[in-house]
Amino acid sequence: MNRAQPLVLGIESSCDETGVGIVRGTTLLTNTVSSSMDDHVRFGGVIPEIASRAHLDAFVPTLEQALSEAGVTLDEVDALAVTSGPGLAGALMVGVCAAKALAVATGKPLYAINHLVAHVGVGLLDGKEGQAPELPGNLGALLVSGGHTEILKINSITDDVQLLGSTIDDAAGEAYDKVARILGLGYPGGPAIDKMARTGNPKAIRFPRGLSQPKYMGTAEEPGPHRYDWSFSGLKTAVARCVEQFEARGQEVPVADIAAAFQEAVVDIISSKAVLACRENGIEDVLLGGGVAANSRLRELTGQRCASAGIRLHVPPLDLCTDNGAMVAALGAQLVMAGVAPSGIGFAPDSSMPVTAVSLPA
Amino acid sequence: MLILAIDTSAVASAALVSDDALEGVVAGFSTEDTRSHAEVLAPGIEQMLAEAGVSGADIDALVVGVGPGPFTGLRSGIATARTLAFVWGKPLYGLMSLDAVALEVAESTAAAPEFLVVTDARRKEVYWARYSLPEGQLPVLEDGPHVSFAADLPDLPAYGAGAGLYADALKADAEFAAEQPDALYLGQFALARLAAGDELLDSTPLYLRESDAQVPGPRKRAL
Ligand SMILES: [Zn+2]
Repeated sequence: MNRAQPLVLGIESSCDETGVGIVRGTTLLTNTVSSSMDDHVRFGGVIPEIASRAHLDAFVPTLEQALSEAGVTLDEVDALAVTSGPGLAGALMVGVCAAKALAVATGKPLYAINHLVAHVGVGLLDGKEGQAPELPGNLGALLVSGGHTEILKINSITDDVQLLGSTIDDAAGEAYDKVARILGLGYPGGPAIDKMARTGNPKAIRFPRGLSQPKYMGTAEEPGPHRYDWSFSGLKTAVARCVEQFEARGQEVPVADIAAAFQEAVVDIISSKAVLACRENGIEDVLLGGGVAANSRLRELTGQRCASAGIRLHVPPLDLCTDNGAMVAALGAQLVMAGVAPSGIGFAPDSSMPVTAVSLPA
Repeated sequence: MLILAIDTSAVASAALVSDDALEGVVAGFSTEDTRSHAEVLAPGIEQMLAEAGVSGADIDALVVGVGPGPFTGLRSGIATARTLAFVWGKPLYGLMSLDAVALEVAESTAAAPEFLVVTDARRKEVYWARYSLPEGQLPVLEDGPHVSFAADLPDLPAYGAGAGLYADALKADAEFAAEQPDALYLGQFALARLAAGDELLDSTPLYLRESDAQVPGPRKRAL
């Protein structure tokens, strides 16, 4: 196997994107994604069974397309990588079974990879041949999507990742979807609210910032139980109440103002807690990942707050921020280059795989 | 002709079957468990191929049970079969999973001229199909597959784990009361039908049920 510049094929199926990506070392060759998002629109959120059915039908065509786009054959591939968690159990199962079958049919080693750490792995792709970028030493990652909201500390991307904080209920993207439904703005909620918020006044209404009270925060010396954690379910309820109050008074609902105020509450608490976690854990570089990285206000406010705290914010290209197979391949390549042993084909997908498991042991 | 057959509609199983009369069944494995397909299927297939000394190049076609069966388990077999067929460049056929039990019944002394095959559909329902058995021939699918309550099935001898589970409501055959679709019989059925020039199904899963998703109704206004 080529350990210096391994050709790695990565498979992603943890939510509603069927992704196959191929990298050579740190060079991206292709990032092929088939999304079932349109099938979920009428439900206002991802329906796991519908996503799983779509993965089954999309996998082989996506694989075929990725191989042809990258101009490589399966014979040339050095290793395979697949998201084994966290994610939707039924959706993960499709990618994992397909990846194992690929391993059986080709005899190639297979790595079972943590989806969250893979979001960080894309930061290592340079897109240029012959250059091997290194991750900065004191690196953090802020991951915000429809499925997760986490702040991680990456001591070593191949074997030492720490979860500093996460949402204790809804993911931020999920809150966007639910609030968009309350406001009648359609699905997916992120872009719809981001757009509507531009015409509204974020200060018109003050929505709660979850887990920001002193009893949860504590102090740097004596941290409370949720110092770096988020909660968005109370915020969603507050928006619903607010809309009901306008309706009960027979007034027109100020949709733009509510969207702007909701977005401000989400972005404020995400960026302030993320920057706090970075400052208190010696993090000097932070990578933004997940689909909500597309949100203009999140990028703006997080960028400002990072800058004032002397932290560099890195935002990969958007198609690499959303779920994709290239990130799985990128992390897989790092594991090969670091000499980590493959996972074999006997592992089970784990819908709540912890970030401390970067890849599963054989 | 050498066929690799896979079924995960209930338990996970795979088999290598050949129409060479000397060899017949080359190898096979199955699990008892109905919930760990993702772990056991690929290692089982890999080991089976290695022990039989068979590689992808030796296989002429793949056959996969397309259900009905619990969705997640069913998909593991189909995802596996589709991927193997793609990499090896071999044709992939689908066969209704209940056919496997029907063939097993037909080859046994317990066979009746008209019968049901019944498996567990969970949620207090069963998957079932009605077969006839013309003298000396393969079983013929007459009706189904369907998903229903056991009490609503035709009054005929019933074979399979679903019949055993609802033995109070069905004429369950005791010998077959725990029987699940097995890739071995599925592969044999496929060989026989291909030899007879029959068209087989493609690998589209027979879910029989929609996803549980509900389109959210309009939000109630607070008035
Ligand atoms: Zn993700």
